[in-house]
Amino acid sequence: MNIKQQFKEGLITNNPVLVQLIGMCATMAITTSLFNGIGMGLSVLVILTCCNVVISLIRKVIPNDIRLAIFVLVIAGFVTIVDLLLQAYVPALSASLGVFIPLIVVNCIIIGRAEAFCQKNPVGPSFFDGIFQGLGYTLVLIAMCVIRELLGKGSFGTGIINTIDGVIGTGNGIQVFPSEYGALVLTLPIGGFITLGCLIALMQYALRKSAEKKEAKEKALAAQEKEAA
Amino acid sequence: MSSTTSIFAIILSAVLTNNFIFSQFLGCCPFLGCSSKIDTAAGMGLAVTFVMGLASAICWLVNCLLVKLGLGFLQTIAYILVIAALVQFIEMFLKKSIPSLYSALGIYLPLITTNCAVLGVVLLNTQYSFGFLQSVVYGVFGGLGFMLAICLFASVREKLEFADYPESFEGFPICLVSAGLLALAFMGFSGMKIG
Repeated sequence: MNIKQQFKEGLITNNPVLVQLIGMCATMAITTSLFNGIGMGLSVLVILTCCNVVISLIRKVIPNDIRLAIFVLVIAGFVTIVDLLLQAYVPALSASLGVFIPLIVVNCIIIGRAEAFCQKNPVGPSFFDGIFQGLGYTLVLIAMCVIRELLGKGSFGTGIINTIDGVIGTGNGIQVFPSEYGALVLTLPIGGFITLGCLIALMQYALRKSAEKKEAKEKALAAQEKEAA
Repeated sequence: MSSTTSIFAIILSAVLTNNFIFSQFLGCCPFLGCSSKIDTAAGMGLAVTFVMGLASAICWLVNCLLVKLGLGFLQTIAYILVIAALVQFIEMFLKKSIPSLYSALGIYLPLITTNCAVLGVVLLNTQYSFGFLQSVVYGVFGGLGFMLAICLFASVREKLEFADYPESFEGFPICLVSAGLLALAFMGFSGMKIG
């Protein structure tokens, strides 16, 4: 499998959230500001890549019966490392994501990739799989954050743009329109469910359209060949 | 919530106002995956309630031990190990004594290990520094709240089969949108909170 194909799969055709439909709890829960989204996405990207590499390295020595327990242990180790690092260096992110950082342990993306990919593939492809799947996840989080923040509060980039004294996690971002005109409901849990539902529907629509297009193209090609013959 | 919150307040909050699924997004995977029929949904709810109650009790003890030994940073790893062992134990127990429920739950039984509601309730217990009784009550009633949510949702989904919606919303998207509408109803318990 080449890198280009893996890139396309991670970001679009096999996107963890929009196509594989895994790891949705955190996707809906924390996407209320761009700061949260990028922070969570990058944390998952780092943990996923590390776990992929380690699991791929030890894939030949893991007994098949207890592989899930071993995966969970490896993941829990890396999550603890990232959790402690965030608490020490980016306390604002740690505070606003709260319990969802340790909960990365049970995020289906990581265990799912370990089970579906790293078990069978060498270290190189597993490393890139971690990076691209992580990027795909981050992109979805960013899209959710931008939509919910913009339509819900009328702002963009809370915690990242216009920070107070350059400290990440402070500041209100750019106010696109006054917040009292925003659809408040989108920043509440309901908004998470509905925004994600609409995004997945959009993805299904796009994938179906592109499949139809491909089919029509092939049909036209076949017809042309027939005519030529 | 904190260590002084009364038991009654914890119960009310766990089941209605801060429902695990509709306001905290914990346990969404089985909520969406295991809710196509009311029977399986109820079975799943029961199993999760049981695991959440037991895990809360055991992990409270484990946390005491870890704090005493000064190994607080091992929290997450210790909790997930306890939960995994517990689920394995329940699986063996169900297989032997209630095979019908065992086969109905199928793949979702081992997946309780990776249910964020279980790890979530244990972590929240620690975060709120709950006592033993408070932890167990939060675990059990959090599970009951989960069961209420999943049963309600399963009955909505059974009706959805006859609904007419755009083709692109087929499958998960329409489920998510209806879950959102259910969450809207649950928000009535806590009122519109801003911010």
